[in-house]
Formats: sequence, structure tokens, C-alpha cells
Amino acid sequence: MTTAEAGERVTESGRFQPGTFRPAPGRGRLGRMLLTQARTETILTLRNGEQVLLTLLIPLVLLIGLTLLHVLPLPEPRAGSAAARIFALAVMSSAFTGQAIGLGFDRRYGVLKRLAATALPRWLLAAGRIAAALAVVVVQLVVLGAVAAVLGWRPPAAGLAWLVLLVLLGTFAFGALGVLVGGALRAEIVLAVANIVWFVLLLVGGIALGADALPTGLAHVVALLPSGALAQGLHAAMVDGTGPGWQPVAVLLGWGVVAGALAARTTKLT
Amino acid sequence: MGEDATTHAAPEIGQLGFAVVSPNPHSPAVEVSGLVKRYGPTVAVNGLELLHERGTVLALLGPNGAGKTTTVELCEGFLRPDDGTVRVLGLDPIAQSEQLRPRIGVMPQGGGAYPGVRADEMLRLVAACAANPLDPAWLLDTLGLTSASRTSYKRLSGGQQQRLSLACALVGRPELVFLDEPTAGMDPQARRLVWELIGALRADGVSVLLTTHLMDEAEELADHVVIVDQGRVVAQGSPRELTANQADEQHLRFRAKAGMDLRLLREALPEGYRVREATHGGYLVEGHIDPQVVSAVTSWCAQQGVLAEELSVSRRSLEDVFLELTGRELRA
Repeated sequence: MTTAEAGERVTESGRFQPGTFRPAPGRGRLGRMLLTQARTETILTLRNGEQVLLTLLIPLVLLIGLTLLHVLPLPEPRAGSAAARIFALAVMSSAFTGQAIGLGFDRRYGVLKRLAATALPRWLLAAGRIAAALAVVVVQLVVLGAVAAVLGWRPPAAGLAWLVLLVLLGTFAFGALGVLVGGALRAEIVLAVANIVWFVLLLVGGIALGADALPTGLAHVVALLPSGALAQGLHAAMVDGTGPGWQPVAVLLGWGVVAGALAARTTKLT
Repeated sequence: MGEDATTHAAPEIGQLGFAVVSPNPHSPAVEVSGLVKRYGPTVAVNGLELLHERGTVLALLGPNGAGKTTTVELCEGFLRPDDGTVRVLGLDPIAQSEQLRPRIGVMPQGGGAYPGVRADEMLRLVAACAANPLDPAWLLDTLGLTSASRTSYKRLSGGQQQRLSLACALVGRPELVFLDEPTAGMDPQARRLVWELIGALRADGVSVLLTTHLMDEAEELADHVVIVDQGRVVAQGSPRELTANQADEQHLRFRAKAGMDLRLLREALPEGYRVREATHGGYLVEGHIDPQVVSAVTSWCAQQGVLAEELSVSRRSLEDVFLELTGRELRA
């Protein structure tokens, strides 16, 4: 059979109206692409049981435990100090660990390639992930903040703008680190590295134990870690209602810029 | 971007609309020359030449590891060639990627969705990236995915995943689609449907470049078949040209008892015919098969006192051509 015959026969079968697939290519509206991608990725994170455990349930349990059980030393008021530490943990959990693992497996499953083959510009692909990470952080902080308020945290109004700034900076720094890890390594390695780093930073990175509870030498190091800087800055904003000083801001910016620049070179689509 | 404006401004663009919206309507769908791609010491694509005319279906046919997927990914801009040039719709797939990508549809080989995403969410996400997408609900229905539209990707069957991937390639109403083994893992009904779909794409003026290692698929669908092996083109043409390359080449096959002496038959046939027992008790006569040849074969059988069974005459199939060119041995 010639292909002309084949073409006719297939069309004659009549499942498709002529003109159905007539080309009409073009790029979608940027706002709509960004919104759709960010919404899809946010929903996927919130639907994923392991991600919810990591981003919401563990921080929630630790928030309640740190506030009510006097196991670890915390400055008074306890509820506020615990909330600041757990906000830092929440940002780290979703922007770093969640983002790294998500990216690692999205690469494995060809998602990045799929999206990179659409009209979606590359910068928008990154912007969509950042927007989704921020949306998840907002959900986390609303839930954790409400619980912290019930436990006795009274947010000082003067610190709210600092809180927003620090959360944005923290998401940027941890998100860039997450993309650095998740964008270059094999999915299983990403899973291991992202969880180990999360656990180590939780224990000795200025979250479970404040820098002031650590030996002096270690305290200086912790203050230079993104986790320590974020926890310290958030403590100032959420408990004292003051600015964090320049150091935590510089530390978070520095980690974000360096990790972001590296990630831009090392991130692979597959 | 410039071509967006043209797209939106075009009123009713009619049957040949693709020519109107296209910034370089006369450039071929795909033009590849001297293409080389190495992975370490392995040469995946080795000086490949390709010309894919607009509005036609081109099949890249070859055994596993022939370089088909690498070639397609070079055309899609996912890989950078080590040498040679690639032009897709007249554009450089890497340097002009942002202009090219809205105009092509890509169905990669396997994968291509978030594990937890529902089929309709994934298709709607890809649809949102296009200016004039097809209706995702209609497309899901057409591809028999409506009942699976709320199912997460990882729970879809292999064939359903393939169909979703095909839907993602088509939803943006592209001028050119790359389909990498589009029917792999599909049941016969789904395969039939995909064949019909490709026919409809072609009828609507969409250029289709597909890879396959299925002869019948290439023979049925393609205007132009390019047989590749070890990273180069070993033959190309329409299925008819390829199978009729040696105009007189035909096969006469029959079954009879095994191990017959073929000398007398060879003498009974004119010069230039080849006769052999191709399989145990399965005989093959190659050459121009006309009634005299059939008669010579049956009378030889009669002389031998055997009955020729399952006697058939056939033109060379694409499979014959393919196996001749790429070898019959199974490769690692």
C-alpha cells in the first residue's frame, strides 16, 4: 500500500475532523504559565505524604515538644523562641530538603525535559519552582504560626516586616542549596544527602540547640550556617521585635548567591 | 515574540494556515548534515544526513542503539552536536531554542511527568504553555484517557503513560512533532489509534518525525523512511522505493519435505535465480517471479513426488530490506 492510500484510509475512518490538528503554534501567556506551574507543583507537594511529614508534621511535633517539654534549653519566652527555631526548620525542610528531593526525582522521571520541551522559557521554569516553594512555605508558616500562637507566642508587630524579609532570604538561600544538590546528583544520592544535611543542621546547625547553648568556637561556625543565621534572625524578629543585624542577612544572601551561581552551572535536565 | 504577533493577527487561516504562521515557511521541517555526536569513545551519531520535507511523515527506522533517539534529541536541542549542523523549521535548535520550542511538539521515550501528577493536571500544565492549545478534555477523551484523568501518573499503565505523553506533544498545536517510539508498550487497539492520529496530523499539514524499530509501522505511516544503523543513514526512500529497489526482486516461498536436492530446480530456472532452503523444509526462490517460474517450481515438485504447500509470492518487505542492511544477528 502506498502512503497516500494509507493517509486516505486513516482519514476516512473519520475519528478526526479535518483541520483538528491544523498547526497554530505559539507561546502561552507568561503569567498563566507561571501560575499553572507553581500551582501544580504546590499541590503535588501538599499531596505527597512524605513531603507533608517533612514540611508540616515533624516541625509541628517539634514546635509543641520544644514549647511544652523542658528538655532543651530555650530562652524565655519559650513559645516565641521555639516558634522562631521551628520557622527556620520549616523553611529549611521545604526549600532545601523538599526542593532537592523533588528536583532529583523530577529529573529522574523526565519532568524537566518534558517542561523544557514546551514553550516555557527556562527562567520561568526556575521561577515556577521558586513560587511553588514560597507557596508551601506560606502554608507551613500559617499553620505553625497559628499553633505557636495557641501555645503562647505573641508576635511583636515591629518584627513582622523582618520576619517576611528573613523568610524570603531563607527560602532563597535554602532553595538555591536545594537546587544545587537536587540538580546535579542521582536521585537516590540526592535523597540521602538532603536528609542527612537536614538532620545534621537540625541537631547542630542552630535549630535544636541555639548558638548560645554551644561552645564558643562552634557557636561562631553555626552563626555562619544558613540554618543558624535564619534561626538567629528569626529570633530577633519574632521574639524581640527587632532587626536581625547585618550578619544573618549577609550570611543568607551569601549562601544563596554562591549556591545559586554554582547551581546555574551544574543543574542538568536529566 | 515576533511570531506570536503573527499568529494572533492571522484571521481564519484556512487549510494551509501553517504556511502563514511560519516565519520561514520554505525551510524543511528538519535538515541535518554531517551530524556527529560522541559519548566518550562511543560514536552515537556518525555523519548523519537527513532531509525532512514539510507536511510529511518521516520514520527513522533502525535497530536498538542505532542512534535514533540521539538524533531526535539533537533536533530537539537537548543535546549539542559535536559536529555538523541541525536546522529545525529553519532554526538552530540550541541558539534559537526559545523561538523553536513553541512550534514543535515532543514525545520523549518514556517518562515526562511528575510521579504524583494526575493525567489531566499534567496535560493542562503543558497546554498552559501554548497560545492556542487543543482542548485537554477532548484530547484525553480521544486518547481513551478520560477514565484515567484523575489517576496519578505512576499508577497509569505503560500504554496510558505513552498516550498521555503523546497528548502532551500534540496539545500545543505544533507545526512539527517528534515522536520517539510512539507506540512502544501499547496494545494493538491503542497502536491503531496512534496510527490514525498520525494520519490525521499529516492530513492537517503537521510534519511528523517518528522513530521506530517496527517495520510495519514505518511501512504504514511514513512518506519517507530513513534506515539508520551505527549512527549513519544506510538507506532511505519511500517504503515503495525501498522495497522495490531491485525492481525484479521478489520472493517465492513454499514448504515441502526438508533436505530436497535443489540442483534440478536450479537447472530448470533461467540464469540469475537464487534457490535455497531458508528454513527447515521452507524453500525460497529469489528473482523475478512470473507464471513460468511458478510453473517450473510446481512441476519440479511433481517430478520429485512432493506437494508444495503454502506457496506464496511476495515483494520484498521493508523488513527484508532492513535486515539486509543492518544484519540478521542479534546484537548486544
